[in-house]
Amino acid sequence: MSATVELSRIPAVATRRRPRAGRARYLVGAGCLAIATVMLLPLVVSVAASVKPTAEAAASPPTYLPHALSLDSYQRLWTYQQGLPTYLLNSLGTALLAIAFTLVLTVPAAYALARFPIPGREVIFVFLLLALIVPYQALLTPMFLMFARVGLTNTLVGLAILHTAIQLPFSLYILRNSFSAIPRELEEAAITDGASSWQVLLRICVPAATPAIVTVALFAFIMSWNEFLGALVLMSRGSSFTLPLILAAARTETSLGGTDWGMLQAGITISIVPCVLVYLLLQRYYVSGLMTGAVK
Amino acid sequence: MPTSSRGTAVYRSRRSRLVGLAYLAPALAFVLVFTAWPLAQMGWMSLHSWSLLTPPRFIGLANYRRAVADDQFWVSFLFTLKYTLIITPVLIVGGYLLALLVSRPSALRRFTRTCVFLPVVIGLGVSSLLWYWLFSSEFGLVNRALMDLGVISRPVLWLGVDGDRSMLAIIASVVWKVIGFGMILFVGAIQAIPAEITEASLVDGASYWQRVTRVILPLTLRTVLLVTLVSVIGSLLAFDQFYIMTAGQPQNETATSVFYVYLNSFPYLRLGYGAALSLILALTILAFTVVQLLLTRRSHA
Repeated sequence: MSATVELSRIPAVATRRRPRAGRARYLVGAGCLAIATVMLLPLVVSVAASVKPTAEAAASPPTYLPHALSLDSYQRLWTYQQGLPTYLLNSLGTALLAIAFTLVLTVPAAYALARFPIPGREVIFVFLLLALIVPYQALLTPMFLMFARVGLTNTLVGLAILHTAIQLPFSLYILRNSFSAIPRELEEAAITDGASSWQVLLRICVPAATPAIVTVALFAFIMSWNEFLGALVLMSRGSSFTLPLILAAARTETSLGGTDWGMLQAGITISIVPCVLVYLLLQRYYVSGLMTGAVK
Repeated sequence: MPTSSRGTAVYRSRRSRLVGLAYLAPALAFVLVFTAWPLAQMGWMSLHSWSLLTPPRFIGLANYRRAVADDQFWVSFLFTLKYTLIITPVLIVGGYLLALLVSRPSALRRFTRTCVFLPVVIGLGVSSLLWYWLFSSEFGLVNRALMDLGVISRPVLWLGVDGDRSMLAIIASVVWKVIGFGMILFVGAIQAIPAEITEASLVDGASYWQRVTRVILPLTLRTVLLVTLVSVIGSLLAFDQFYIMTAGQPQNETATSVFYVYLNSFPYLRLGYGAALSLILALTILAFTVVQLLLTRRSHA
């Protein structure tokens, strides 16, 4: 992918330091540390609150850091309502389905747009990007009615379809760029050997566009795992709630009467961990996707 | 434009157009059924009195007239606009300053960049829950820290009691969550400035801020406009943070436009009215998109 931007490899803005720069360097360093601390602090105190013992987690005023460690909050979350495994599986299942749908739809379509002399190709491309112009938040009412009619409300497939509709334009855009950037000579050799277009797609184009495909899958996962409003509208039954939904519900009503703050922090921690891990592991793909996606 | 070279016979054969269309067909069908059709359906519904309890009744433009006369519609619309007007400059200026700070390569700057960007990948719903706790009057660490520092003497009721105070708290949480998005794109744009240009301005003896305002900012203006566009649209569509942190309280003062659409469509089951409000919202967003795309194009030329 030619548009891939490796941040650290680009030459520095200023290559020469001026004499006054000594003090400025310490200021910049202090500023960086202060900012990093402020950004990390909410995450740190939340994870810390999730391992406070039950009584301490419910204390007012709250303690900054736990005085003792305990997994009580996680245990309560594990058995809360339908139990954490149900909600985890709902969230994970929806995200995996959304990734699968997105790739199955956009890989062939992007290949067609990048390579085939289809009449009205640009018009079709713009039509496929329709969801970029129409916010999905505005389409939820008719979507809900349609899904209710065919029994797709309260199903992971239904929610995954909505998430695919949200993610399709971005994926198509990234993949089309990536396929277009593959040198044609690679394909020509295979075609001379008598390969069909399907074989060319699977054996040459898909492997050559792996970074873009990883980027698309990564964005689909993070969007689907975190999406809230669509899930709120489509999933009304407790057993089909995703993680954000059950946590939002637990915010106000728990078995203890008031809000179970410890359990809430445990749920927040569990929701955040996959996103942070996936991001730290695939940071390069994430940033390159953002660059190509936003800087059209 | 199709510029296939000699050897790519697969793409030039007589059947190739059909094959290409076959590859496109699933995506086309999907967008038709799950984006275009709901859009048309929404237009149709907005002309009806439509609840799930009684059969739909055609009422022409009555839903739109009702919106214009609906106080809560205007309260939500103006509140959303106010939220957008306040948060956008914070995100853009703040994100840009952060980018200036961390754009040069060094281990500490890369680490800071990662820390600032981290909240972008977690969900807005989850981050709102996190800040709902931090801003809780009795159990939250914000009040605890402010009291320990002696800034306040009694716990402040941040959320759901006073509209402006709720907005302030929510803006703080959203800035934390999304400021890294603009920053990372600004960093990319600043790093893409050719080194010769910045070196030339150094030779001219320009001070740092002169370089920023005369060289760096003009050369990254396109990205600034793009990020502004994305931020404005995101803010106009705000929902999760308000639903979770204030539930629209006090008295729907902090119910945003999307929140009001949601309230009408789902809890109240006024689906026709909800559809009309959705369409108004979609058109508002479209207007912002068009204006900003025009601006971007002009600055590009």
